Amino acid sequence: MALETTTMTNDPILKVEHLSMRFGGLMAINDFSFEAARGEITALIGPNGAGKTTVFNCITGFYKPTMGMITMRQRSGGEFLLERLPDFEIAKRAKVARTFQNIRMFSGLTVLENLLVAQHNKLMLASGFTILGLLGFPAYRQASKESIEVAKHWLEMASLIDRADDPAGDLPYGAQRRLEIARAMCTGPELLCLDEPAAGLNPRESLALNDLLQTIRGETGTSILLIEHDMSVVMEISDHVVVLEYGQKISDGNPDYVKNDPKVIAAYLGVEDEEVEEVIEEIEEIESEQGGMTQ
Amino acid sequence: MANVASTTASAGTEVTARALREAVFAGLITLGLFVLFVGLETDQNIRNELVLRQRWGLLAVFVAVATVGRFLIVAYVQPWLAQRKAARVAAPDIAKRESFFSRNFAKIAIVALVLYPPVILALVGVQGSLKWVDNFGIQILIYVMLAWGLNIVVGLAGLLDLGYVAFYAVGAYSYALLSSYFGLSFWVLLPIAGILAALWGVILGFPVLRLRGDYLAIVTLAFGEIIRLVLINWTEVTKGTFGVSGIAKATLFGIKFDASKDGFAALFGLPMSSAYYKIFLFYLILALALLTAFVTIRLRRMPIGRAWEALREDEIACRSLGINTTMTKLTAFATGAMFGGIAGSFFAVRQGFVSPESFVFLESAVILAIVVLGGMGSLTGIAIAAVVMVGGTEILRELTFLKVIFGPTFTPELYRMLIFGLAMVVVMVWKPRGFVGSREPTAFLHERKAISGSFTKEGHG
Repeated sequence: MALETTTMTNDPILKVEHLSMRFGGLMAINDFSFEAARGEITALIGPNGAGKTTVFNCITGFYKPTMGMITMRQRSGGEFLLERLPDFEIAKRAKVARTFQNIRMFSGLTVLENLLVAQHNKLMLASGFTILGLLGFPAYRQASKESIEVAKHWLEMASLIDRADDPAGDLPYGAQRRLEIARAMCTGPELLCLDEPAAGLNPRESLALNDLLQTIRGETGTSILLIEHDMSVVMEISDHVVVLEYGQKISDGNPDYVKNDPKVIAAYLGVEDEEVEEVIEEIEEIESEQGGMTQ
Repeated sequence: MANVASTTASAGTEVTARALREAVFAGLITLGLFVLFVGLETDQNIRNELVLRQRWGLLAVFVAVATVGRFLIVAYVQPWLAQRKAARVAAPDIAKRESFFSRNFAKIAIVALVLYPPVILALVGVQGSLKWVDNFGIQILIYVMLAWGLNIVVGLAGLLDLGYVAFYAVGAYSYALLSSYFGLSFWVLLPIAGILAALWGVILGFPVLRLRGDYLAIVTLAFGEIIRLVLINWTEVTKGTFGVSGIAKATLFGIKFDASKDGFAALFGLPMSSAYYKIFLFYLILALALLTAFVTIRLRRMPIGRAWEALREDEIACRSLGINTTMTKLTAFATGAMFGGIAGSFFAVRQGFVSPESFVFLESAVILAIVVLGGMGSLTGIAIAAVVMVGGTEILRELTFLKVIFGPTFTPELYRMLIFGLAMVVVMVWKPRGFVGSREPTAFLHERKAISGSFTKEGHG
């Protein structure tokens, strides 16, 4: 239980309690609890198949968890139980935005249009659910201009302003990753969930991504929850790391603590030297037994 | 130099030789294929006996066309295409300046359509104009409007709807029944028909829109059939297969188009003719179609229109951005259905008679084919496709010279579907994304650039 007490922040934005997710006979996540502090970058790491994306899908409503409670606390004090909201309401009302491991762009829309789609709910209200906008009321024209300004701001942040009128599918991979983050930010989130944002980026792009995330947090105070494999990104920018293995939490703390946690080293970063020797001995024993049996 | 000349000369003779060889082969294959189909015809004589008639002349025409055609293709068309391709590779595309015509295509088309009835009247006279205004003008414009309505569902939102004709039927019967039972006027019933069709769109949409792709297509197909079967079997109200006849005509600000003293012709001192009513209907459907286009263009710049297109591109991403995809799909369905319903009530007022016969699956398929051929999402492309497809089949009736070639019993209309299918295959090979494959962005920062069809998706649900 020492794990639970390592990081208990007094103002968590997201509180995941006893989360479990079962797919048929497979327990993808088993009694997983953690907290993400407001204004911090929290990283969720773990080996392949540990259940990181499943946790993300539970938080953002794409899966309904088998058990557990996910509480989102907004700055204004509003509380949302995310496991009870449908997925689009989580983005709309609870203000949780996400990106995807395999980028999901609107590839046939321009970069600018991608960011305008993200401001759908705001514009929908301004256009009087389309009816007033269709009749040409000025309120919508004003809102439309403002939404383009917001989009412009995020395009500059993601250094995509030159490609604003190109189809999103035409952008190189790294730019698509940045665009997806900019698009998520256009929904005006309080918590931004990034599923492997640095996957497939070269070191330079990865560095630029670090800067972008730091700026997002610094400028807007948005809390960030990210899944990442790239250790340089995780150790560099995150304030708090949670390690998941086989659907269970094995470590939780600041990057330095986690880096030196023997359990993490064993599970994620590789088995320690003495343990390697133990394993080799075990294998040799088994082999000699089998040899005896065949004789 | 001499060397080059001799090689081109030898290449020329080589091509001619190859062309001759392939022409002979093509002729032989045609002979083999058609000798039983065309060369011999089974027929019944007066005593109901089966007789064989020999048509060697016609067979010879077939073989000759194949032989000469193949020769021309190999000897001239293929080298010309290769040359053009080489020229295009050699000269990379210079920034193409759009011509005045292509820039102002929409405006020119609208002006041409407005001037169409008077020009026809002037050219072929009042009675002669009936065919051109009714069979060509109105018929094509109905399909343009229907295809533009379906375009909202299929082209923008990417929901494959195979039962669109159901909404057309709802609109037509709404007008036919409400006007004959309650005597309501056309102008009152036009919006009501649209609203009723939209309502049916929502009723269909609620259970169905959780389905995706093929499953959605099949359920909408079934819905189209259900509506038609209800219309056939609910005989107390719809009079079944007999249909509803004697439907009231539309009036222009209360002026009737009939032979009465205060009818349109008498009022303006014109000789009585049904042509004026047809011209009135032409302008009516033109206005309705333009309304559809206007609303579609406006909606595309609204958040709901962008959400439709985003839905076509990626539904999961839409939900992650807080868009209620169910509502978005429902509005697309309802809007598309509404225009279908309005077109339906126009159809009823034009025919003066509706029966379930007019709302078979083939109609849905034709409308969908027009949308796909035109290029999903493009209003201009769809209008061109409607002109080609509907106008093309109408023009078949006019091709009397075909009777000279194929004999007096040949009726070109019967080959309508064959030609329709052939045209679709040709267009899809030549332009897989339809006539206009590119997409116009709805907003821009620096410059408006058309988006190539290779980036847009067709949708999957």
